[in-house]
Amino acid sequence: MILSRRSIILSGITVAAAGALPGFAYAAAGTPKRLVFVIQRGAADGLATVAPTGDPAFAAARRALADETAGGAKLDGMFTLHPSLTQTAGLYTSKQAHFAHAVATAYRDRSHFDGQNMLEGGGSRPYGRDTGWVGRLLTLLPAAERDAIAIAPAVPLALRGSVQVGTYAPSRLPQADADLIARLTAMYADDPLLHPLWDSAVKTQELASDIGGNNGRNGADLGKLAASLMLPADGARVMMVETGGWDTHSGQRGRLAAQLRGLDQLIGALQAGLGPAWNDTLVIVATEFGRTVEVNGTGGTDHGTASTAMLLGGGLAMGGKVSADWPGLGASARYEGRDLKPTRSLESVIAGAVAHHYALDPKRVMATLYPDA
Amino acid sequence: MTAIVRFEGTKGFVMAVQYLAAHRFGLGRRFDDPAIEDPKDWLVRQIGDYDPAPAAIAGLAGREAIATAYAEYQSERQAMRREAKNAKMRDDDGAEVQTMRRMARAGFRRHYGEAARARLTAAVATRTPFPERLVHFWSNHFAISADKQTVVGFAGNYENEAIRPHVMGKFSDLLTAAVYHPAMLLFLDQAQSFGPDSQFATRVRNRGRRQAPGLNENLAREIMELHTLGVRAGYTQADVTNFAKALTGLTVAGLGRGAGQRLMPADARTGETIFVDRLHQPGPLTILGKLYDQPGAKQAEAVLRDLAVHPATARHVATKLARHFTSDEPPATLVDRLTEDFERTGGDLPSLYRTLIASPEPWAAAPTMFKSPWDWTVSMLRALKTPGLGERQNIAAMFTQLGQPVWRPGSPKGYDDMVATWAGSAALMQRVELASRIAGRIGDRADARALAPLVLADALTPETAQAIARADSPGQGIAMLFASPAFLRR
Repeated sequence: MILSRRSIILSGITVAAAGALPGFAYAAAGTPKRLVFVIQRGAADGLATVAPTGDPAFAAARRALADETAGGAKLDGMFTLHPSLTQTAGLYTSKQAHFAHAVATAYRDRSHFDGQNMLEGGGSRPYGRDTGWVGRLLTLLPAAERDAIAIAPAVPLALRGSVQVGTYAPSRLPQADADLIARLTAMYADDPLLHPLWDSAVKTQELASDIGGNNGRNGADLGKLAASLMLPADGARVMMVETGGWDTHSGQRGRLAAQLRGLDQLIGALQAGLGPAWNDTLVIVATEFGRTVEVNGTGGTDHGTASTAMLLGGGLAMGGKVSADWPGLGASARYEGRDLKPTRSLESVIAGAVAHHYALDPKRVMATLYPDA
Repeated sequence: MTAIVRFEGTKGFVMAVQYLAAHRFGLGRRFDDPAIEDPKDWLVRQIGDYDPAPAAIAGLAGREAIATAYAEYQSERQAMRREAKNAKMRDDDGAEVQTMRRMARAGFRRHYGEAARARLTAAVATRTPFPERLVHFWSNHFAISADKQTVVGFAGNYENEAIRPHVMGKFSDLLTAAVYHPAMLLFLDQAQSFGPDSQFATRVRNRGRRQAPGLNENLAREIMELHTLGVRAGYTQADVTNFAKALTGLTVAGLGRGAGQRLMPADARTGETIFVDRLHQPGPLTILGKLYDQPGAKQAEAVLRDLAVHPATARHVATKLARHFTSDEPPATLVDRLTEDFERTGGDLPSLYRTLIASPEPWAAAPTMFKSPWDWTVSMLRALKTPGLGERQNIAAMFTQLGQPVWRPGSPKGYDDMVATWAGSAALMQRVELASRIAGRIGDRADARALAPLVLADALTPETAQAIARADSPGQGIAMLFASPAFLRR
């Protein structure tokens, strides 16, 4: 897919002469670093993504979902990677993937809205910041590495700040995502008019914009698109990619497998699309919070606290490792008796990875990205 | 203060007066609307506060500019046709001619697009949403349809100049303004209808050179069937024909086709409705058993005055109004009460509205009304502080996609005001998609959890509130609010 700069919408305005705008002027000097932040909206289950199969309490707590990661790559004595993540497993083997476990932002309640606001804004309380950590990071980067873009219809909070950033979204009416459709199905269940109308509408709907849909190919398309926007000499250097559908309250096994397959293909396509530039790329995959240790009554998991973050790329400090100050899954080890206890701040994981990637002073990065920490 | 009474409707769905005032009578709560303390008082006050010329429509082109743009398009098209004929066009010239034609058409279509955008802006901004809804209601009752190229440019002007100024007056004034607007005369072929015994037709016939121009009954029939008496209300074919004769002479300067144009007075401004006596059928006429012997233009005016206050008209209008504010099958008690009011006041519209507001039926009905795409979109945009649509969004195209092209119902009957007209499965999915797109633009700039109780007021069910609160992102919460059963209805 070839995208001209013309098709990129900069804060809602079509850029006809992007080269003339500050921040878009490309300086040839230095090795251009690239950063991709993939947000998993909806609270992705870290305990199924990177499963602590070596924890003695794991199988009993996860009951029917305990074998969700059967057949997945063994990461070390404790952790098994979800079997959908095959390309990611390959990256782990070649020391280009790192998983930080039992991490969480400073947020301790369980609202998606508030949790995402803190993950993106980087404040110490919900709605405490009106700029985002990526937006603030841009002020630390050389002009040539500041071009930032989000694959989204509007600039997400994470990218907001003093540096102007762009957005790109396919122009057609986007189809409603699978998760929204499922929620509306529940909402209309008792409605005599809407229930049959919706049923028939859903049957004819193709779930094309969901990353898990189309056997993961939607994720691959998104990764290809992201790479095509970042690869050109005057392309974006910093990108945010939105993914949704992680809120697996029911039927987690199949849904999460599809979601992770989409994510895996997204990562694979990004790596393939960037080619040698992958070596200078850092991909951060993070979610607002995790999910309960115990499985609920509908084959899913409910809102929890700590989860897993992924770091991917060619120049990681600790590639091929899972880092965790593992708290254990026994009832007394859990946060509020139900969730994986956070033992490390997600903020410090992100700031540390970014500082290493750009060779910046870690203290300065932390103070800029998370000024309230 | 009116007591808040909750009505149990469909399972899990509570009807409530705050919600009904805002959505059934109004166009949805605006994000910055103060709380509606007394819903009935709030509605009645809007009758007095109504502004027939809101700021949004102030800058739109007038009739002359619209008519001139169309006339220019016509002559350009004729010129192109001649050229094409002369050049015995090769195939590859076809595309070029098409493009030129499209460009010429764009000139007068622009007026339509601008007026549609202004209509939406006015509806989203208004502080008197009940009268604004009535503007839309009457505009659809006296429907024109922009399928006809002559009508396209005039569509917005029609609503703004014929409908808006009269929705708080007498029904007869509204009827007359609608019928006499050039858009209606062009849409229902009045501009090409000539008295068979008019001076003009007689002269043509005496010369014996060609078939004399004659009568077109279209407007007369639709006024009786759709605007006033209602279908099968007891009028005969003779009544229609005679009414059509009475209407002859009415035409539009500069736009009507044929020989009539040559009879226009020299000072007639292009695009204005004009009465040309030499086109009028002379002599007295009997319509619905009454003799009309007024001279010239006064004859049709007298017929219209009588039709406007006819008992059948009272019932027809009362039924449509009652349906709009209750359900597909409006309660007979409400229809009777509105009919009686209409007859007693001679069609005083504010009186009719007050009776409607004071009636129990619109406040008691189960949630049977389904918002039209227009109503739904307007209520969505009113709820949001951040504009839900981009500056460059083509408003007319958006409503066409949603299944309700603005001012283009396709027939003089207007859009049906029934649940089944709008509640379709593909239509529902389209709404969800648009809600998703708008929610994507808004993201976390609005909090659906705070917005839901404001917008749905006392119709917000615990189930809907919970579903919104559990959304996996702020944007999804907004999409769910707009796709919620209560928000889809009114």
